[in-house]
Amino acid sequence: MTIHLGILFTQRIHKNNEEEVMTADTKNRAIHSLRFIRGDELQIPTYKVLKQDGTPYKGAKLPDLDKHTALRIYKAMVRTRVLDERMLAAQRQGRLSFYMQSTGEEATTVGFAAALDDEDMIMAQYREQGALVYRGFTLEEFMNQLFSNERDYGKGRQMPIHYGSSKLHYMTISSPLATQIPQATGYAYGQKLAGDGKCTVTVFGEGAASEGDFHAALNMASVLKVPVIFLCRNNGYAISTPSNEQFAADGIAPRALGYGMHTIRVDGNDILAVYAATVEARRIAVEENEPVLIEAMSYRLAAHSSSDDPSGYRSKKEEENWASKDPLSRMKQWLLLQEWWSEDEDKQLYDIDRRDVLATLKECEKHPIPKLEEMITDVYDVPPPLLKEQLEQLKEHIRKYPEAYPKTAGRLDNE
Amino acid sequence: MSKMNLLQAVNNALDIAMADNPKVICFGEDVGGFGGVFRATSNLQEKYGRDRCFNTPLVEQGIIGFANGLASQGSVPVAEIQFADYIFPAFDQIVNEAAKFRYRSGDLFNVGGLTIRTPYGGGIAGGHYHSQSPEAYFAQTPGLKVVVPRNPHQAKGLLLAAIRDPNPVIFFEPKRIYRASVGEVPDEDYQLPLGSAEVVKEGSDITLLAWGAQMEYLEMADQLAEKDGISCELIDLRTIVPWDIDTVVASVKKTGRLLITHEAPYTGGFGGEISAAIQERCFLHLESPIARVAGMDTPYPLALEKEYIADHLKIYEAIKQSVNF
Ligand SMILES: Cc1ncc(C[n+]2csc(CCOP(=O)(O)OP(=O)(O)O)c2C)c(N)n1
Ligand SMILES: [Mg+2]
Repeated sequence: MTIHLGILFTQRIHKNNEEEVMTADTKNRAIHSLRFIRGDELQIPTYKVLKQDGTPYKGAKLPDLDKHTALRIYKAMVRTRVLDERMLAAQRQGRLSFYMQSTGEEATTVGFAAALDDEDMIMAQYREQGALVYRGFTLEEFMNQLFSNERDYGKGRQMPIHYGSSKLHYMTISSPLATQIPQATGYAYGQKLAGDGKCTVTVFGEGAASEGDFHAALNMASVLKVPVIFLCRNNGYAISTPSNEQFAADGIAPRALGYGMHTIRVDGNDILAVYAATVEARRIAVEENEPVLIEAMSYRLAAHSSSDDPSGYRSKKEEENWASKDPLSRMKQWLLLQEWWSEDEDKQLYDIDRRDVLATLKECEKHPIPKLEEMITDVYDVPPPLLKEQLEQLKEHIRKYPEAYPKTAGRLDNE
Repeated sequence: MSKMNLLQAVNNALDIAMADNPKVICFGEDVGGFGGVFRATSNLQEKYGRDRCFNTPLVEQGIIGFANGLASQGSVPVAEIQFADYIFPAFDQIVNEAAKFRYRSGDLFNVGGLTIRTPYGGGIAGGHYHSQSPEAYFAQTPGLKVVVPRNPHQAKGLLLAAIRDPNPVIFFEPKRIYRASVGEVPDEDYQLPLGSAEVVKEGSDITLLAWGAQMEYLEMADQLAEKDGISCELIDLRTIVPWDIDTVVASVKKTGRLLITHEAPYTGGFGGEISAAIQERCFLHLESPIARVAGMDTPYPLALEKEYIADHLKIYEAIKQSVNF
């Protein structure tokens, strides 16, 4: 269903003024015949702009998107796709311990980032590498993290895909789900007080949205009037659990209403819909200090991670159906129709990205892991005495058994 | 007898418990049709239906809160937390609710039927959040039992005992050896006692104490020490609380030395508790300070995992130090 941009966001039901307390409102809205509001009474439509063939839906208003930005978006989507393909292959070859692909969700993960100020904060879950690519995280930066080498900003401490970049305003990923959502509310509250006109976007899966942290975050953001955007990637699955076993409601979007928050559901494979919705959400967040929830409907085309095999819980047919809604080909078709892009350029882009990814991979997997000292740094601002003592004992031990600890034994003394 | 790995033994125990008692209900994230991310609950939904084995929404505090309610009603929930690293959202429900349900109501209500199963431990390139061993956090909470099996045979017997024990039990499963640990497991229903350590090997020079996956390193270290002519007595603690102090005391009185090893960090690890209690009771029998070989006082690292681990070489060195004190 196509709806107009103007009614994208639900109107606020009422504005609480400071003195007015809830009981007064309740009285004014009293009814005297028994009537429950049914749980399924509200059905939230999906905002779509582009059809799969790249043409707009009838009556759909296209967002203002200049050629430069459009191509930056598309190139980031392609690079994300290529990176995911190659790194999964590298994992299969045993060069990498673990990987997570975002295949099929690139319009969401790149599109939202494109709608932001590049200095807005992003607090993501783990499948949002598209946003990092868009912001200019280099292939080298990706590889350093993936290979836990000594150039990794996270000093080789976290599993692959736990990227972070202070330069790019991208909070380091943490595996425990949903923890970043209330943190985003807090970060954005600080931004509001700082008055710098920035906001925070937190991204999470429809599965993670079941965590208590999600609900805490939305309520606090609404109560405290915080410029934060909650972007839910509803990709149908949380590992093996299909979304119909995750929630009984009409998805995630209606939950915002319970907290008095603006909400919208968008087609997450539709780059223009994601972009337009996030531009408007950002305006509301920053100009009105009102939080917004966006639910982007998509599908996790790949396995949950390199450790997962989805054939145990879903059908090939279902996967094929979603593969036919590929967000990259949809955007490409649109770009071709705009005459901003050609098949030749497209082929070249893939070729170059593949070559660059492989070359960078080869280069970065050679770098050694961080030095032993990095074991004890950053636990605190400075290592406490007991920890220093533990490091010294460890060094002594490794000197005794250098062959048992080959990655560090040779580098103990060149400190 | 059947040859089983540790996962199969867990699955077998759950199967037996569910067949034996219709009140046993298994649930957690991905536990239903898929059978859990490690497949510990494979086929249970097919066999016992969706009402008794199912996926929950992704919310640990909800899973354990739900399990507490279900247990207080008289059912026997076996809740899975996908990784022990993700048990913390449920900390409140475990520490403030499950552990105190009986005490605060004067046993008007209790959640004795509750069992929480969760894979724990490192050595699998899991980084900070797929490696932790949080047993000590729970060990300081009176009202909970904490159990850790070392192999398939132990896993089946201890899990059946945990499910049927009239107290809430956290059952930590050593995921590093889920598939690697293979052994003969009796086909029938059997239980191994909670609160009871097992002397796995008798010896005279030093007592070595561990639990779970760490037992493997203990055994490797013992083999190294044996070549040096050191006779080690090996104890698997099995239950962290209430722990079998008598068995450990008897052993230490015999050997005069004690080494404790665990995966969790040194500071605040359960080894500290054991060490203190043993020196209180065995002071005059000790011939060297009680040794602790543990994880370092840092978050669990990834690239430096090998260096971080309290492995057999570190244990072996500590054995020699203790014996040569
Ligand atoms: C607190 C917590 N519980 C469980 C997990 C294990 N886990 C990792 S990803 C995942 C599924 C998440 O699904 P969703 O939020 O829908 O994101 P998607 O993977 O679909 O992008 C689970 C259960 C975790 N990382 N953190
Ligand atoms: Mg999902």
